[in-house]
Amino acid sequence: MNALKKALGRGEGAGVLPSLIAIVIGLLAGFIVLLVTKPGQALGGFTAILTGGIVDMKSIGQVLYQATPIMLTGLSFAFANKTGLFNIGTAGQFVVGAYAALLVGVKCTFLPGALHWIAALLAAMIAGALWGFIPGILKALRNVNEVISCIIMNYIGMYMVNFLIKETIYFSLKNQSMPVLASANMPKAGLNTLFSTGINMSSLNSGLFVAVIMAVILYVLLEKTVFGYELKACGYNRDAARYAGINENRSIIISMAVAGAMAGLGGALLYLDGSGRGFNVVDVLAPEGFNGVPVALLAMSNPIAVIFSAIFVAYLSVGGLRMQLYEFAPQAIEIIIAIIIYFSALSLLIRGAVASLIAKNRERRGERGNKQAEGGDTQ
Amino acid sequence: MSLLYFIVQQSMYFSIPLLIVALGGMFSERSGVVNIALEGIMIIGAFSGTLFISFFQDIIKGQPLLILALLVSALSGVIIALAHAYASINMKADQVISGTAINMFAPAFAIYAARMINSARNSNGTQQIQFNNQFHIAKVPVLGDIPVLGELLFQKTYITTYIGFAILIIAWLVLYKTRLGLRLRACGEHPHAADSVGVNVYKMRYIGVIVSGILGAIGGLVFIIPTTTVFDATVAGYGFLALAVLIFGQWRPWRVLFAAFFFGTLKAISSAYSGIPFLLSLPVNDYFYKMLPFIVTLVVLIFNSKKSQAPRASGIPYDMGKR
Repeated sequence: MNALKKALGRGEGAGVLPSLIAIVIGLLAGFIVLLVTKPGQALGGFTAILTGGIVDMKSIGQVLYQATPIMLTGLSFAFANKTGLFNIGTAGQFVVGAYAALLVGVKCTFLPGALHWIAALLAAMIAGALWGFIPGILKALRNVNEVISCIIMNYIGMYMVNFLIKETIYFSLKNQSMPVLASANMPKAGLNTLFSTGINMSSLNSGLFVAVIMAVILYVLLEKTVFGYELKACGYNRDAARYAGINENRSIIISMAVAGAMAGLGGALLYLDGSGRGFNVVDVLAPEGFNGVPVALLAMSNPIAVIFSAIFVAYLSVGGLRMQLYEFAPQAIEIIIAIIIYFSALSLLIRGAVASLIAKNRERRGERGNKQAEGGDTQ
Repeated sequence: MSLLYFIVQQSMYFSIPLLIVALGGMFSERSGVVNIALEGIMIIGAFSGTLFISFFQDIIKGQPLLILALLVSALSGVIIALAHAYASINMKADQVISGTAINMFAPAFAIYAARMINSARNSNGTQQIQFNNQFHIAKVPVLGDIPVLGELLFQKTYITTYIGFAILIIAWLVLYKTRLGLRLRACGEHPHAADSVGVNVYKMRYIGVIVSGILGAIGGLVFIIPTTTVFDATVAGYGFLALAVLIFGQWRPWRVLFAAFFFGTLKAISSAYSGIPFLLSLPVNDYFYKMLPFIVTLVVLIFNSKKSQAPRASGIPYDMGKR
């Protein structure tokens, strides 16, 4: 109980409570949206959102499968955010990573077995890192606002990847990229049969492990190393960090490159999932990139918490697919997530309210304790 | 010569919405609130405006319909901007996060609402909103007959072009020639100093954000009308481009005008290059033209950002207790 209390209201009311409140408000708002559009089916639709992710083993597998790429884009956003950077460029980093992975997956036929998908993942990380590095170095050297440069890099990345796919690995019949070799796909590691309902297997694969391992690595890097401390110091107060002898420019550049690598890896894991998914050549920014933002914000940029918030957001999306049975458009889920983010932006207020509530409670309890103590004295 | 007319007319379609939206962003940022939500506000404005047109196009005709639609989208912009203002002014929330939430909300809402409305209206639950474009002006009477200038500015145009220029002049007058403008700018530079002489910082910032909501939403509709007859819940990143225009324009009205036309012309060339014989003959892929405006924007920012003259207090919540 104490541990739970600690987790819910650590110290000044931080912890997960503000996020939980935001989630509850978001879900309630979603219910209202359903009620307004189709009152008769709202309850059924809302129940589908809440339970769609756990109705059977396959759904659980699908939740974990959908959580994998957004876990990485969430990590990408969260890591940069720790250095005080707003990496809205995850969409661009995501697609260049996906392209690099697909290129290696289709073209590098000489790579044997497991080496093939490992090479594809590495290529994706390098491509993503480069796409994050550019806004980073522009911010460090030329003071270019990273929000704007990241957004611009998203569009350049999208058009460039579409162009490159058409030039190199285009499958014109389907207007998408060619299928990758089997050896480039992530091993299933038995996960798809473990999470299956009857003969319906989920799409889960070992990419989930890669994402979780990355979250742990980033956590250790941020919390247990001097370098991570320097990154966070730049995030808290850039001037103070510089005054303390920390190379802020280096921190900004490396932070953005690492963030880009994570998003790029996310792109690789989405397209190397073994389902034969091709990259559609359309001029639309990758939604998986932007979905990393709510994941990271809900997790308050803590890499370990990102694992859980990614699963939560994926859980809502899987529930949203089920909600379509009740003839609701799946965008209701995005509306819910947007409202959750809006209220998590108000977390300062919620945190303050929680803190004062806790303080009041403590005071009351303290008073009671004192009275008891006094009573004891008189007897 | 006809090629020049063609490029100028085309670039108007792209520059005017950029100009209007960037001016909206200018009011917000000069009052001290970063408004990254412009993209979402544009989508909401375009959504409500096109929806209004599709409902009333058989009842009201021509330019009055467009004017009414602009008013409707302005109203929707006010509502969505109030959400941003409340979070960033009263709640002192992170303004970029609040803006991001609105940017996520707007397209989701536009698609959801369109599908629900369409499935109720004609049982084909698509996310597009179709409308008839009856607003094109082939030639403005009298003015369109002026040699050269008439053909450049008063032929094959939309009433929104002139609204855009009117907004520019009004924005400049308000910001630099009125007491309100002075106070608004003071709140973006040094809110505590403004507060100390009796300026209501919260009120000024609310005004700034609401004006950005009005102009952002109008800009969204102005962008959709000449370019398509089907609104598909997107404004193609124009809200973000408008932010870049605002930075390139150094938060000043006339420079914003220049920046908007700079990018608008590039964008027009990239989308209409197939109508320009010289560019079509170049051995360049069309993706290059699509990337060009963004690459040029980035290059311009690289040379422009070092001596940035951003409003000093922009993005920082105003806390009366702080000094």
